[in-house]
Amino acid sequence: MCDSCGCNITSGNKHLVSDGGRLSRTADGKAAVTVLKSLLDENDVQAGHNRAHFDRHSVLAVNLMSSPGAGKTALLEATIDALRGELQIAVIEGDLETENDAQRVRARGVPAIQITTGSACHLDAHMVHEALHQLPLSGLDIVFIENVGNLVCPASFDLGHHRNVTLLSVTEGDDKPAKYPVMFRAADLMVLTKTDLLAVLGDFDPQRAEAALRHLASVAPTIRLSARSSDGLENWIAWLRQELAAQRRRVIQGTTARPAIQPDGHRQHPETRSPHPGYVFLPAKS
Amino acid sequence: MHELSVCQSLIAQVEAVALQHRARAVRSIRVSVGPLSGVDPDLLRRAYLLARAGTVAGSALLLIDRPPVRVRCQSCGCESEADVNHLVCARCGDWHTRLVSGDEMLLASVELDADDPPSASLKQAATP
Repeated sequence: MCDSCGCNITSGNKHLVSDGGRLSRTADGKAAVTVLKSLLDENDVQAGHNRAHFDRHSVLAVNLMSSPGAGKTALLEATIDALRGELQIAVIEGDLETENDAQRVRARGVPAIQITTGSACHLDAHMVHEALHQLPLSGLDIVFIENVGNLVCPASFDLGHHRNVTLLSVTEGDDKPAKYPVMFRAADLMVLTKTDLLAVLGDFDPQRAEAALRHLASVAPTIRLSARSSDGLENWIAWLRQELAAQRRRVIQGTTARPAIQPDGHRQHPETRSPHPGYVFLPAKS
Repeated sequence: MHELSVCQSLIAQVEAVALQHRARAVRSIRVSVGPLSGVDPDLLRRAYLLARAGTVAGSALLLIDRPPVRVRCQSCGCESEADVNHLVCARCGDWHTRLVSGDEMLLASVELDADDPPSASLKQAATP
């Protein structure tokens, strides 16, 4: 609907379709077709199917993103231990190579599907769809998707999850949100990890990191924690419980949630997107 | 780094449009890629040359529009241009803003060489 009613026409692209705009005529061509669909439309349609699959099973899907080595797997291990006996968890692991992370998760008694992307620097909705074929969702409460360690590409791909969590370890720079704005704008929650090292590092200022996030106009909450010492872990667990409760309410109401960043156009009418919009045809003028 | 994935998806969409309009060839493809889209225009151009090879868009020109980063302040209502990592209001300095443009990653339009005009069902109003 978005792509046919014109509601995805923003002030940024309005000139493309308005009368006399550059694309309403061609120099000598026969036809100019205005499409106005996301470049990742194919991925987004698959992501929508994945999300519907999670919603049917009342499962909350959380996408973890960070640099390599920021502590995504360690956080998952601590989370599994903290929620043992309370919530049923499964993990989809994304890495270029090895089953190492999936094995670490399985060692905690939780099902894990490893996606090895080969050379791909991110997960996409089709890869997650394949993984879901091997992962029965019945009885599960939360599925974590541990994305490929990368602060650039994963931010652009909707996987069909509900929430994006971006981790920033205190061994990195506290200006990471300013350096990687696309990634940090996509965060529904920013988690500062390895805070047990703050005392010995001395040069990472959590407040500076949080200020850099605010400068991206982000209202996402931040949590400081150490998976190793468990300091602050209770705030993360509380956030997960709150998000799971919200997901269950949405399922009852028949609604869903998309991660923080709405691709252009969806921002205005997120609930009315059609996967197969009609094209708009503009006849070329001679 | 993910620009090739983006281009492959772009070409798939363009092929669908070309097929629907029974196009002999695609002359040009116009995309709108904002600075906050996560897509680099130069990498996109290079990846595009690989992705278009052997398709109906094999010789099509890729035109990339770069909409500016603009925000609207939720406190004072002012709309202003902003930097990608400093999305604050230019007037009052508040960070409670909404992005107006700059994160687009859109296939805007396709220019075709078509034998036949498309069917009437495809003629829809383009303005909101």
